[in-house]
Amino acid sequence: MTDTPATPARQSLRDWLQAPTASSPRQARAQAFWRGWQRLIANRAALAGLIVLVLLVAMAVIGPYLTPYSPLQQDLTARLQPPSAQHWLGTDDLGRDILTRILYGARITLMMALLVAAIAGPIGLAVGATAGYLGGWFDIVAMRLVDVFLSFPSLILALAFVAALGPGIENAVIAISLSAWPPIARLARAEALTVRKSDYIAAARLQGASSMRLILKHVMPICLPSVVVRVTLNMAGIILTAAGLGFLGLGAQPPSPEWGAMLASGRQFMLTSWWLAATPGAAIMLVSLAFNLLGDGLRDVLDPRND
Amino acid sequence: MSAPSLEIADLSIAFGHGRARVQAVDRASFSVAPGDAFGIIGESGSGKSTILRAVTGLLDDYEGGVLIDGQMAPRPRARAFFKTVQMVFQDPYGSLHPRRMIRATLMEPLEIYRLDRRDDRIAQVLVDVGLAPEYAYRYPHQLSGGQRQRVAVARALLLEPRILLLDEPTSALDVSVQAGVLNVLNALRRARGLTYVMVSHDLRVIAHMCSRIAVMTQGRIVEEMSVEDLRAQRAQEQYTRTLIAASRAAVTAE
Repeated sequence: MTDTPATPARQSLRDWLQAPTASSPRQARAQAFWRGWQRLIANRAALAGLIVLVLLVAMAVIGPYLTPYSPLQQDLTARLQPPSAQHWLGTDDLGRDILTRILYGARITLMMALLVAAIAGPIGLAVGATAGYLGGWFDIVAMRLVDVFLSFPSLILALAFVAALGPGIENAVIAISLSAWPPIARLARAEALTVRKSDYIAAARLQGASSMRLILKHVMPICLPSVVVRVTLNMAGIILTAAGLGFLGLGAQPPSPEWGAMLASGRQFMLTSWWLAATPGAAIMLVSLAFNLLGDGLRDVLDPRND
Repeated sequence: MSAPSLEIADLSIAFGHGRARVQAVDRASFSVAPGDAFGIIGESGSGKSTILRAVTGLLDDYEGGVLIDGQMAPRPRARAFFKTVQMVFQDPYGSLHPRRMIRATLMEPLEIYRLDRRDDRIAQVLVDVGLAPEYAYRYPHQLSGGQRQRVAVARALLLEPRILLLDEPTSALDVSVQAGVLNVLNALRRARGLTYVMVSHDLRVIAHMCSRIAVMTQGRIVEEMSVEDLRAQRAQEQYTRTLIAASRAAVTAE
């Protein structure tokens, strides 16, 4: 026979990921990730959401190379043109190509959503896990603060912050973050409460682990999946709030191609030129829907109660 | 005569206040010589596990004394204490962090105490409890109950304690798996000269593992006897006789 025996070095990546026993920490982690990934893509809706979001990211990254137009260049001779071969999604009241503005707007929307998630997620997780684990006065103070934040509708709260801080994308991000962390903190606290009395926390205490270590390495990993799911599901709300602030003129400022602001300026031409408002509106809806679908799929994969 | 490895002096623990106050442990005292295996037996709710939690300091609200080698254990427990006293919990399904690899769970005490040769120590301790070193790369949900409990024993052994507290270490396991875990514990005690305090409601387990036995009911230790006295049915107290009779009836019924 000329066949060479299969050697471990030559085995395929798939075999390595599906081997019944792992032989290194890296392989064990990769296998756990692989199983989660398989379950995620088995969920059609979640996969659809993921694909839309990957496309959105791709649009945000390479968008400028896909279009010959500038998002800010006005062309008053070609204003309010319906969708055509030159302008696939038409032009707005200042003659700017709407598709171009949508592509550039994806950048702004994505950046705002990710920034809010990056600010509100860790703050909510840290406050909630610490409050739930420690209890006592920290818990009382943190949760009353959360109650105060939760007693306002989030858009109204964000409006108030932006009104105080002044309009603009950065301030909108801060304002939305301030209204987005309390529900996450409450969720993380609820998860922390369920595990603080568990044997594995007690066992880790007997290993001499400090409270800091227990919260960071034992409590937070338990809270993390539900926080990730909640943040993903909240992304839709964050995008809507960001668009809402843009719509009201408190978020991104003209001529920035933010979707909410585009929607607002398209409103006055709604009856004569529907594409001005319809395209950013559809973009907002599509991305929000994608985040919701992905969030639902992630919940199925990450929630330990489904194990 | 050397000081006992572990001594409990007039230990009292109460939960709740006012009318809801429950005396979980009522002036319990016993001492365990170095290298000895001491068993505490009693029905559920008799306060036997509560004693172990008080010894570890997980339950800090107790009266009376916990003495290690004749020295009063610090309150709250200092890190050095956990290098002497470790505990194995009852439920192996609850005592391992569900999202951490076994290796991470075992690595933890080594990191906290800044010990060297970490991977070697983990491989060695897994072999000591009868598991292949590759088990370090699994997650708890990939292990059986008996394997999990072996991991829990391995975790308790990593800091090389002299006293091991065993809180019904086999009651959550199948009968066929129980013997394996108990034999590992027995072998480890002989090899390392460990002192055991074992809590159980199963007389056969206690008789197999321990040389001295305390019988508890309603928070009090009613009788302390040697395992020979137990075998020869020389119990003094009525409660102990009832307990033994009930246990025999259960064994016969099986």
